[in-house]
Amino acid sequence: MPRSGRLASALLSILMFALFLAVWHGATLPSGGTQAADSEYAKMVGSAAASGQKTAMPSPKDVAVKLWEHAKDPFYVRGTNDQGIGIQISYSIGRVMLGFGLAALVAIPLGFLIGMSPLLYRAFDPFIQILKPISPLAWMPLALYTIKDSVTSSIFVIFICSLWPMLINTAFGVSAVRREWLNVARTLEVTPMRKAFRVILPAAAPTIMTGMRISVGIAWLVIIAAEMLVGGTGIGYFVWNEWNNLSISNILCAILLIGLVGMVLDQILARLARAVTYPE
Amino acid sequence: MSGFMNPYDPNIRLTAGCACGRHSTQAEHDAGAGGDQLESGSAELQARVVESAVMRALFPHDDMRRRFLRAVGAGTAMSAISTFFPLGAAKEAFAQTGKLEKQSLKIGFIPITCATPIIMSLPMGFYARQGLNVDVVKTAGWAVVRDKTLNKEYDAAHMRSPMPLAITLGAGSNPIPYTVPAIENINGQAITLAVKHKDKRDPKQWKGFKFAVPFDYSMHNYLLRYYLAEHGIDPDKDVQIRSVPPPEMVANLRADNIDGFLAPDPVNQRAVFDGVGFIHLLTKEMWDGHPCCAFAASKEFVTSAPNTYRALLRAIVDATAFAAKPENRKQIAEAIAPANFLNQPVTVVEQVLTGTYADGLGNILKVPNRIDFDPFPWHSFAVWIMTQMKRWGQVKGDIDYAKVAREVFLATDAAKIMKEAGMKAPATSSKKFSVMGKEFDPSKPDAYIAGFAIKRS
Repeated sequence: MPRSGRLASALLSILMFALFLAVWHGATLPSGGTQAADSEYAKMVGSAAASGQKTAMPSPKDVAVKLWEHAKDPFYVRGTNDQGIGIQISYSIGRVMLGFGLAALVAIPLGFLIGMSPLLYRAFDPFIQILKPISPLAWMPLALYTIKDSVTSSIFVIFICSLWPMLINTAFGVSAVRREWLNVARTLEVTPMRKAFRVILPAAAPTIMTGMRISVGIAWLVIIAAEMLVGGTGIGYFVWNEWNNLSISNILCAILLIGLVGMVLDQILARLARAVTYPE
Repeated sequence: MSGFMNPYDPNIRLTAGCACGRHSTQAEHDAGAGGDQLESGSAELQARVVESAVMRALFPHDDMRRRFLRAVGAGTAMSAISTFFPLGAAKEAFAQTGKLEKQSLKIGFIPITCATPIIMSLPMGFYARQGLNVDVVKTAGWAVVRDKTLNKEYDAAHMRSPMPLAITLGAGSNPIPYTVPAIENINGQAITLAVKHKDKRDPKQWKGFKFAVPFDYSMHNYLLRYYLAEHGIDPDKDVQIRSVPPPEMVANLRADNIDGFLAPDPVNQRAVFDGVGFIHLLTKEMWDGHPCCAFAASKEFVTSAPNTYRALLRAIVDATAFAAKPENRKQIAEAIAPANFLNQPVTVVEQVLTGTYADGLGNILKVPNRIDFDPFPWHSFAVWIMTQMKRWGQVKGDIDYAKVAREVFLATDAAKIMKEAGMKAPATSSKKFSVMGKEFDPSKPDAYIAGFAIKRS
């Protein structure tokens, strides 16, 4: 894209954001209470309830103030149930990495096998098709019941949800390697191991990376929900805990942070995918 | 509850305390050094706890104790008291704890005021005083509390008092012997309705309403069903009752997903605080002194780590006794409101605990025993709960009410420890009470069920 075009798109982005803030600000302007309750009663309820209204959405300014508070001190620990947002998000990232890593360890070799053998492909297919669409959270009660440990259970849920896209993409990538290349390998009498690592893997790498990118996205979506369900630590727990306190400002901060981290994870894998693509 | 000060010292007060309870005044607590402190868990300390308990029982008014000691001197007082009270034997019985099998414990709780004794024991030092290193872990829902306790991730937990009964009976889970060493709180619940229903105060107008309760196996469910049925509303046919975790209730009420709920505090008060609902009825008006939440532990924990169990129970009973005093309530509200525990505005928790509260309709009401604390697990409570489980078809077949009640609600242990802590424990474990004017006789549970017009069994 030419430089002027990039500048224009950046300007447009800023404009859209400003418009969004303006609409938000306008929508959350206090609408002026009608009846003012007596002062003693007013002290016992929230400011909105005192004038006969429901507590409103926080304004952009409220959220900015909260964000600044979190940014100033992201790593505090004030007891088991009250830790900084930075610590919470590290817990979540750690769980995603562990579950995702385990899934990659299983899915890529297995996908390779399935992709190389049409027989296995067809034999595994019905199971994969049934297991793939199950919402990972549906596994949670089963995991809690059998694994008997909530942290391991949430890692298991991440594992199971990141498994399928990687498995399917690996199998597909491996099976779709061009016949000519395999034929060339055969004419040169390449050993099976050498064929797998020097011909198939590089050829299938871009598809595998795409599968991993989809998986990490799903894993990041699921960890929030899993942590909201099980509690304890993590950004999902943070959201739940602030919901408990009906603190929408804090929840918005968490939402922003979740989006940012998700974007970074996605970008890392996109970079990796670009590194292994090859021109045909 | 300064059971750590020398009770024979006329210059200290036995009743007042600081935030942690271990110092006689806040200033002393801040300085970090008590004048006459003993190390936590030591034999002298245990002896002193007993002495304090006896002295407190003898002199309910601290002034009197101090005047008495000043007049006769500590030595005379000690020998005088030991002539008619076997202090030595009492000290021995109390010290019969032996070594703690396990010092670090994890206890799960749900962020509601019912959990007050479990939560406050940490910031106010009741656990530390028993030599226990307890971590209280906030948990997202009752099913998760149950599963984590069954998994042994938690050593003990805050549960709805019907839950241990349900677990033991195998309703909603595999039967596993469970126990209720202590009830945490009595009363403390309310029916809250959305503000738009402020003119529909008669339950007969509630047909088609959607209600939320925290859990199927909860006093809330049974009380709401009871209340509706008494007003001729069939809880299964005329209204919808769903199980919604307490923290989500206010959000759902605000979003018009539900018309009202029977919930534990601070949820009711929070709905008022945010202008979303009003308090229709406190459950104490239905049944004054009803149990709500329980402190629960698996039978395995009780039998395999008896010393730890007793120490834990002592901490909870002590905390409950402290919370039962209205003058301590403000201090407790401040200790349990922060994000680490309930995560609520202090004023909300304070209104719940002190019973001086805004009702959501512009009135300030004063109901000091809106929530109260009494650790004694009455067997008759268990029997009543089981009659309701049977009434609404949650358990089928015959139940040996008395046997299950005895096995799950450990009244004898609680009574023993209450006595040791200087509290008055009831002589029997069963009592009659009435719910909405209808007498309940724990010895005739089946006749009680048969007496209801609306039932599922």
